[in-house]
Amino acid sequence: MDTMRERFATVTTELLEDDPRLALVLAAISADLFKDAARAHPDRVIDVGIREQLLVGATGGLALTGLRPIAHTFASFLVERPFEQVKLDLGHQGVGAVLVSAAGSYDNAAGGRTHQAPGDVALLDTLDGWTVHVPGHPDEAEALLRHAAADGDRRVYVRLSNHANAEPLPGSPGRFQVVRDGRGAVVLAVGPMLDAVLRATADRDVTVLYASTVRPFDAATVRAAVNRSVRPDLVVVEPYLAGTSAPFAAEALAAFPHRVLALGTRREEFRHYGTWQEHVAGHGLDAPGLRGRIDAFLDA
Amino acid sequence: MTGTRRYGYDELRALMSRMTGDEKHGPAATSTLDVLWVLYDRILRVSPETVDDPARDRFLLSKGHGPMAYYAVLAAHGFLPEEWLTGFGAYDSPLGHHPDRTLVPGAEIGSGSLGHGLGLGVGSALGLRAQGLTGSRVWVLVGDAEMDEGSNHEAVQYAGAVGLEQLHVVAVDNGSATYPWRGGLASRFEAEGWSAVTVDGRDHQALHEAFTAPHPGRPHAVVARVESKDAAQAARATRIATGSGTAASTGTGTH
Repeated sequence: MDTMRERFATVTTELLEDDPRLALVLAAISADLFKDAARAHPDRVIDVGIREQLLVGATGGLALTGLRPIAHTFASFLVERPFEQVKLDLGHQGVGAVLVSAAGSYDNAAGGRTHQAPGDVALLDTLDGWTVHVPGHPDEAEALLRHAAADGDRRVYVRLSNHANAEPLPGSPGRFQVVRDGRGAVVLAVGPMLDAVLRATADRDVTVLYASTVRPFDAATVRAAVNRSVRPDLVVVEPYLAGTSAPFAAEALAAFPHRVLALGTRREEFRHYGTWQEHVAGHGLDAPGLRGRIDAFLDA
Repeated sequence: MTGTRRYGYDELRALMSRMTGDEKHGPAATSTLDVLWVLYDRILRVSPETVDDPARDRFLLSKGHGPMAYYAVLAAHGFLPEEWLTGFGAYDSPLGHHPDRTLVPGAEIGSGSLGHGLGLGVGSALGLRAQGLTGSRVWVLVGDAEMDEGSNHEAVQYAGAVGLEQLHVVAVDNGSATYPWRGGLASRFEAEGWSAVTVDGRDHQALHEAFTAPHPGRPHAVVARVESKDAAQAARATRIATGSGTAASTGTGTH
């Protein structure tokens, strides 16, 4: 199986062929995956070098001329470093683009903090009008990338990761899916967290929801599921900064008393290297880690 | 769009005097006046009728500070109604102390945070070229102090490296950078492969010649030197102190 990033290259190369309105902007990262595309479309595959402010600024300029730009690099250099460009050169100009990140939270575990951006989705939440896709499988990434490229002039963030579920779960963007129906409580798994959530809750009578598109937040589905539960308890499990979706969950459930447990990567800097699997476990996001915290919350 | 008459250069200061409330940026506003006038009067192929034409020339006011001269020139050319000028900075006015492209007819970008126009200009030039609109030109106005922002240097180096011929910069140099550019601002563009020229930013004929100089295969920068910000502020303070009117000077370049 290819990785989400490799699938991104395959799909985007094909889309550039089909849609003359698409352009791809790179800042050195992944450029080797787009050599063929750059040869075929030298005017629409642009590598600005290691210049991330220009990566996003030029993306805004391309959109101002009517193109649909896709910009890509690691999440830390796509959202955090040029955050003001994301805010002003896209949002404030009133133009759209597709930002496609790789290695968001912990993929580059051995790379350390400089190459990790677990706060990317939370940062985008401070801005207006961003759709956020968090695919859990390369097949989902392909579908969401195709959707994003054709999504009018919307501002769309696609968060790619090496962390993936064993099987894809096709869905329609923007709708959370009911993966397992239960009575006791509701657990919402975002993107790559689904497999671990299903294992962690295998012997509990809970509803499991799945989100591969987390913004907009499907409040109606969450509210309906929690309403059906014996206890109005919701657990949110995200592969990035813990609590990122907590305000959205609180708003969805504001009409009645409820409890929310928000799990994700921890805020304290995690000064370890190793593999992303070790980091997932270190953040307590593998099945045993999730099970302990979910059990403690629901049995309290 | 308004059916009102268009104005000439001699009437710009009268238009500007309708705007009050942003005196802090007064020197920034007048430093760009002649550059803006020559661009809109003789260089840019854009009019109120063609603001949505994909092939129009683009003018990006990167230095969004002190936009009174910009609004006055847009009003003089009929892009926006002159009545709007009196509301400058008011709650319901489309004309803020920094321009918003979604509110100001003819404004290509919203700006105010320094160092964003050149990146947007690079993308605009690339986008036009990718769509075969190679006759359209992109002009970005920056200030010499704005060039302190590192984002500009990402854009200058990249545009020079790829020979982005459709991209033009006019850098209004009123000596306001905290640390002066060693060797002059033009040398920074030249070092990155741009065509660059330095002229008197109050001399309309010199500006026109600089703006129309051929630069095949290279982006082009015009450094327009005007009286220093400090001198302009001192002169303004004197005028206020002596009650000698607001802005009659045409300033012939005291650099």
